[in-house]
Amino acid sequence: MDKNINIKLRIWRQKGPKEKGAFETYELENVYQGSSFLEMLDILNNKLICEGKEPVAFDHDCREGICGMCSLYINGHPHGPDEDVTTCQLHMRKFNDGDTITIEPWRSAGFPIIKDLMVDRSAFDKIIQAGGYVSVNTGGAPDANTIPIEKDKADAAMDAAACIGCGACVAACKNGSAMLFVAAKVSHLALLPQGRIEAAKRAKAMVAKMDELGFGNCTNTGACEIECPKNISITNIARLNREFLKAKFKD
Amino acid sequence: MSWLIKSSIGRKFIMSISGLFMILFLLFHMSMNLALVFSLEAYDKICELLGANWYAIIGTLVLAAGFAVHIIYAIMLTLQNRKARGKERYESSSKTPTQWSSKNMFILGLSILLFLILHLYQLWYNMQFKELIGDPTAVSKGSELVVGLFQNSWVVLVYLAAFVLLWFHLTHGFWSALHTIGWSNKVWLKRIKVIGNIFATLILIGFSIIPIYLHFAY
Repeated sequence: MDKNINIKLRIWRQKGPKEKGAFETYELENVYQGSSFLEMLDILNNKLICEGKEPVAFDHDCREGICGMCSLYINGHPHGPDEDVTTCQLHMRKFNDGDTITIEPWRSAGFPIIKDLMVDRSAFDKIIQAGGYVSVNTGGAPDANTIPIEKDKADAAMDAAACIGCGACVAACKNGSAMLFVAAKVSHLALLPQGRIEAAKRAKAMVAKMDELGFGNCTNTGACEIECPKNISITNIARLNREFLKAKFKD
Repeated sequence: MSWLIKSSIGRKFIMSISGLFMILFLLFHMSMNLALVFSLEAYDKICELLGANWYAIIGTLVLAAGFAVHIIYAIMLTLQNRKARGKERYESSSKTPTQWSSKNMFILGLSILLFLILHLYQLWYNMQFKELIGDPTAVSKGSELVVGLFQNSWVVLVYLAAFVLLWFHLTHGFWSALHTIGWSNKVWLKRIKVIGNIFATLILIGFSIIPIYLHFAY
């Protein structure tokens, strides 16, 4: 049964991108375990505002696990200790009375800190702009099954398309590599006939952009796959490698 | 072909190919050395074949190039990855349950390189190298040198420790190399991991038998 717990929070506070940051400790009493992690932070911010202090800045939007806006590195895990959920879907019942919870922003050269726990993830948008789309206007949605697609391919494409671009893969990776994100985007388009036509061009452009923006080289540790809230498989990375190498050898 | 250096996947591709090349070499090296267990004369014959002749010299040079490429790219990739991680580190250490060897490939590789230098100094230097420069102290009977070397228990222990490090390096390296080339999917990922583990274990056993056997048999 959910009960009320007392917790201690260690939160990274940083005024701006260039300022020096540090951890601050806060104590919260009577936090209901049924509340979500972000609701707990709302309670903290409410308290801080009432005390006339600066609230903690953190990213959030839909709070139902589909927008990819929330982040946070909680106790050594991107998106916290729960499996396959984003921070907004993490609940306080994953923590116990008296716990100290350390909350840090994503750390990677590709994701500079904006303020406190917010990081700039526009690098992902730039990678998408480099080729993560189908160039021609395809008009309205066609009738189902007008283009026959094998079931296993449709499933694999759908699984890859589940990526919400939150950046947990980069946050988890010891190399700060964005390969899982790029692999998911390249895969979901390369598997479908509409996206297949530009597959080679897309793989080259997106990888070039990823490298340019300073993300690291993948060493297949698989940390990204374990921490991904959407369960994107690293076999997508093998597919990206295949697409990229095929395209380059063809040139 | 500049993409092999400029792009991340290109660099990883070089890393994989050079790694797989050394995996083939390990197989060759192991089967050659296992001759020691069966007959010292057979081993000496092989040593003669791989002495100072053009085929062996070219083979050695190609091999050295393979090692050099693998090591240089390892340093390059590791430095880039440290930079990509950013200046600020996480305070709470990562709790993501990844395979230990996958996170320590560089350290494992470095330890293996140190062993390699010792190994080259102890054996290759006295065998092929001295013969090449026409040093009269070059060892003509390789088996005598090897058997003599492994009478020292410390040498045996150092070699065994290096083989264990190599095992860790290979359990990640084997499947990772194939994955990087793109030879992996939902079904084959599990298979190449298992094949990698079997291969690494075979290499560990095959190489370990030799110093242990020579230590106790002579």
